[in-house]
Amino acid sequence: MRAVRSQAVGLVDKPWFWAFVAAFAVWLAIVGFTHGQGGGQVLTAALTFATFSVIVGIGQMFVITLGPGNVDLSIPATVTLAGSVATKVMATQDSMIAVGLVVALLCGVAVGCVNYALIRILRIPPIIATLSSSFLVQSTAIAYGRGLRIKPPPLLAEFTTLRVAGVPVLAICVVILTVFFSVVLNRTVYGRSVLAIGQSYQAANLAGINIGSIRFCTYVLSAVLAGLLGFLFSGFSGGASLSMGEQYLLASIAVVIIGGTSVAGGSANLPGIWGAALFFYLVETMLNTYGLGAGFRYMATGVIIITVIILAGSHRASR
Amino acid sequence: MRGWVSPRFARAILPGLSLATLLIAIFYLQPRAMSYVGLNLMLNLAVPIALATIAQMCVITVNDLDLSIGAYVGFVTCIAATLLQDAPLLGIAALLGGVLAYALVGAVVYLRNLPSIVVTLGMSFVWLGLSVLILPTPGGTAPQWVRGLMTLKPPFVPFPIIAAAVIGIFMHLALMRTSYGSILRGSGGNPKAIGRAGWSLLRAKVTMFALAGFFGMLSGLSLLGLTTSADANIAARYTLLSIAGVILGGGEFVGGRVSPLGAVIGAITLTLTASFLSFLRISPDWQIGAQGAILIIVLALRAVINRAEARK
Repeated sequence: MRAVRSQAVGLVDKPWFWAFVAAFAVWLAIVGFTHGQGGGQVLTAALTFATFSVIVGIGQMFVITLGPGNVDLSIPATVTLAGSVATKVMATQDSMIAVGLVVALLCGVAVGCVNYALIRILRIPPIIATLSSSFLVQSTAIAYGRGLRIKPPPLLAEFTTLRVAGVPVLAICVVILTVFFSVVLNRTVYGRSVLAIGQSYQAANLAGINIGSIRFCTYVLSAVLAGLLGFLFSGFSGGASLSMGEQYLLASIAVVIIGGTSVAGGSANLPGIWGAALFFYLVETMLNTYGLGAGFRYMATGVIIITVIILAGSHRASR
Repeated sequence: MRGWVSPRFARAILPGLSLATLLIAIFYLQPRAMSYVGLNLMLNLAVPIALATIAQMCVITVNDLDLSIGAYVGFVTCIAATLLQDAPLLGIAALLGGVLAYALVGAVVYLRNLPSIVVTLGMSFVWLGLSVLILPTPGGTAPQWVRGLMTLKPPFVPFPIIAAAVIGIFMHLALMRTSYGSILRGSGGNPKAIGRAGWSLLRAKVTMFALAGFFGMLSGLSLLGLTTSADANIAARYTLLSIAGVILGGGEFVGGRVSPLGAVIGAITLTLTASFLSFLRISPDWQIGAQGAILIIVLALRAVINRAEARK
């Protein structure tokens, strides 16, 4: 087994490769079922919805890479808050889109600062800190957004749904964002520090890495990306809603894990997030085309997550 | 910190103190709440939340986290409102199957050394899917005996208080006062030592996960007794609420440091914030925020105590 694995070169050895293989297999299963009908549309839809999961997935990935106990549970609340505040600020005016974007990102900065302040001052595990702050943020969003149903500016709505030759423009932008963060992760001091802290907190500390500021940046980054999602998703779905962030708690963690990032930290994987996100939405579409209801879709999602983590776990153990 | 208050003691009374503070504030705002009917109304929903919190505490004892408890409680309500009514034997089998699934999750988490967050995250989808399959739209009816139990009106002391006390004291005796209870807590505190001493860590993990499944089942049944109809998403908030309850009650995330009595008190405190806000005439929109604020205040107080201890 070990000999076979060491002989395998290139792509096959990369953990993210399998996420794309799985996504492609599911796509083939859909196209096979429909006899080639609508294969393109399926891919377009999957790209669109995957894009949103990828945005928060990137932030969650940096957080999880910091090591055990690091998870950002405040992402859904931040998405909702940023979405409601941004749509209100923009007030359907195209001229205010830039302001709305800045406001949404600032919401993220604020939540990230609160998260890190709680972790630092109260010396509590990040899970509890982000859990507590998510209560506050969610409540603020509910109180602020009550009865709020403001349409997004037409230009923003158009941009988030724009397609060029069947490829969503937003997806292209987020691919560029992913490439950017790959560079940040692998080629900058910040990215290498995140990996180092995840691999060994003590070694990173002894090596003189300023762990405090790296963790601070990471939690702010995650919240800012959640803010960005809130801004874009409210444009895409015709306005902010109080439950718009809900699905992204589980989705953000799931795409990171399925994408081949180590849950134990210290090993991150950006392309895998795309593979996993596409895989998830394609599975959903596949079950839909087979005429299976929401219940089966949820169950399939759960079974996939558990299967992948069990397989990934045994892979790690066999080395 | 005065000299005679040991940090350990201060930490232990913190949950009780926060509940007492909240209760005094409520009674000051609305003296009529200090009655049999008032307490019954305010604390009704505390019973399922306390049971879910105990379930979460069992998992936290062995250094794991259960992100599926909310979905699982919803699943139990769906089973109890449909299968348990129409085909009692099948219903009971399904409920036992739930507990068994929890035990299995514990075994898989231990044997494969997997992060429980991810496995239970996956399980939450499975429970949600099963619930939607059983009960696509909210509905069903609560079994008569569940309804009867939850609307019990014992003399002098309201039912929720008795129920909460029984749950807390039972778990306290089982986990804090028996020898196997200390082994279970030890398997979270120092697994290596417990393993070297010849105890099965697998058995400890499976026991605690199965207990979580059992208490989650009780939580679902009691919730159904109050709401009378079931819904797959009925307890979605329980996942985060139960973690908050355990932490509020003095539990720590790692190291097997938990407190069953504290967890029940924490759950009651979280439930009472709703009444507190309504007596203050603050919009229920802020209920979640108030729960978060209480959590942060209590964690801040604990940080102060811990720092005082470190300075000594």
